[in-house]
Amino acid sequence: MDEAPASATRTPAPAVDRYTPDQDTVVRLQERARAIRLEAIRLIGIAKTGHYSSVFSAAEIFAALYYDVMTLQRGNPGWAERDRFTIGKGHAAVGLFPIYADLGFFPKAWLDDYTRLGSPLGDHPDMRKVPGVDFSSGSIGHALSNAAGITLAQRWTGKDYRVFCMMGDGEMQEGQVWEAALFAAQYRLGKLIAIVDRNGYQLDGRVDDVMGIEPLTDKWRSFGWEVHTVDGHDVAAVTALLRRLRADDAREAPVCVIARTVKGKGVSYMETEPGWHLGWLDTPDEQAAIQEINSKVI
Amino acid sequence: MMGPTSDNSWQYRALNAKNPGLDHLSNGLIALVKDGHDVMAGSADLKYSNGLNRFADAYPDRYISFGISEQNMVSVAAGIATTGVTPFIATFSSFLALLACEQIRMDIAYCAQPVRMVGHHTGISLGFYGTSHHATEDIGTLRSIADLDLVSPCDGAELEAVIRASATRDRPLYIRIGRGRDPVVYADGTHFEFGKARIHGLGEDLTIIACGITVHAALEAAEALGKKGRSVGVINMASIKPLDRDAILAAADVSKSGKLMTVEEHNVLGGLGAAVAEVIADEGRGIRLKRHGIYDEYSLIAPPTSLYAHYKLDGPGIASVAEDFMNQ
Repeated sequence: MDEAPASATRTPAPAVDRYTPDQDTVVRLQERARAIRLEAIRLIGIAKTGHYSSVFSAAEIFAALYYDVMTLQRGNPGWAERDRFTIGKGHAAVGLFPIYADLGFFPKAWLDDYTRLGSPLGDHPDMRKVPGVDFSSGSIGHALSNAAGITLAQRWTGKDYRVFCMMGDGEMQEGQVWEAALFAAQYRLGKLIAIVDRNGYQLDGRVDDVMGIEPLTDKWRSFGWEVHTVDGHDVAAVTALLRRLRADDAREAPVCVIARTVKGKGVSYMETEPGWHLGWLDTPDEQAAIQEINSKVI
Repeated sequence: MMGPTSDNSWQYRALNAKNPGLDHLSNGLIALVKDGHDVMAGSADLKYSNGLNRFADAYPDRYISFGISEQNMVSVAAGIATTGVTPFIATFSSFLALLACEQIRMDIAYCAQPVRMVGHHTGISLGFYGTSHHATEDIGTLRSIADLDLVSPCDGAELEAVIRASATRDRPLYIRIGRGRDPVVYADGTHFEFGKARIHGLGEDLTIIACGITVHAALEAAEALGKKGRSVGVINMASIKPLDRDAILAAADVSKSGKLMTVEEHNVLGGLGAAVAEVIADEGRGIRLKRHGIYDEYSLIAPPTSLYAHYKLDGPGIASVAEDFMNQ
């Protein structure tokens, strides 16, 4: 992957209503998202199975968060003032590990042994093994509660960080998510920013067919949350929205960003084939995917 | 933080008049805060049942009202613990250990977050509320979860001692307690050490290894049997995990009858008796073990004291089970 930006600490942009990233930033983030996809393909190739399409739907959001929006220190994953990130769709961790290595949270050589015996890196993120993982996951539905707890403690301890939580759209079917939604609203956790990767698919098929979750915006709003929707692959729009939300210190309500995404985004045969939740690419398919990802800008 | 909290509230007076032992939980936490520990506490709509309303009164900003959301409570507490603040969360054992079991495993134990969970009204101490409110499986369930300590103090003073001891132990912890009406075994200020049992004599005829509310009953039974000329000792195995293996082996060494007994307000499968049996088998001691408790069934409906008598978990009941066993 490319080198991370030289600045050790990224300070968020001022709270301006119409903030938009400049073109250089947009191009840089697009390249990051491309690198996330390519690394996910490489690592899943080592494991011989993995969640390609779950990473691809979230790649622009990962890039925006870790390379622009979140306040972090390169090489210092335990920095007490850092923004936190929890993820309910932990099976997309293979898209996060290359970012953490790139940010100097652990040696890049770890990636080469992804999932091999004794590796810290498995299909799901483990905070005890992987520097940069703010909370372990793998059991869907916990992450919003974990993030709410961190946010509550952030206020109690007088720190200034924000807490981001990405959930899958299938995750909306877990009852605990809505316990956490009540909790975050009751305690006015305005520095908690949830992102739903609304890619429309879960293991058994279309979310709307398996167990419908709409109207999702109304649900979150009725739980007392501020709700925004965004094209989750428009990295400029994602970055602009998340930066504005991050900078809004006056907000008391927690925020839910519903990111409209495409499962398998970037590889056309995955975009059109909903069976691509979990799998492995043999060499010709892998080469075709790499070629397509390299050939276009998302 | 939310709602009326007062020692004069009717809920608290109604409960606390009967359950004075409940005060020890709040007392222990208030003492921690006064000692400079950054503690928060929360409950799932049961602050009057566990007495945390007194902590909430003392430190409203440190109290978290979770509502009837046990799974969220466990996972939020784990998130809080990542920041260096120590959360204590309390609710009925049945809902904490069983309803939120997977959250305990994933978010607290697997993530090694030093959350302190207090499962109260454990065993069959909720009597006629019935099986939904009983917890005769919590030891067995949680004992098999790695990196989770599990202790069962026998009265309020020992609970406070556990809370004090936890302050210097950076590990996940489940504390199993009764309903606050436990007969007093120890004076206030008593001590507790993780991994250390308290030995109240080792018997040549029998040593009874007990935990929780059955410690007092076992001591009663030992005294009654002593008057009949039997040599019966009692071990309070409050620290179930880590277990005091040496105490068990010491009891085995002293035994001339080749018999030990366990007693617990829990299913005989998977609990304290099973833990002791594992040690005896591991060490090849080849002695007989009577595991007394609830025999793999759901409890009848009755007031708790009637149930303790029915299931032979009170002093006379334990004495009769022990005597039968010694006579075999």
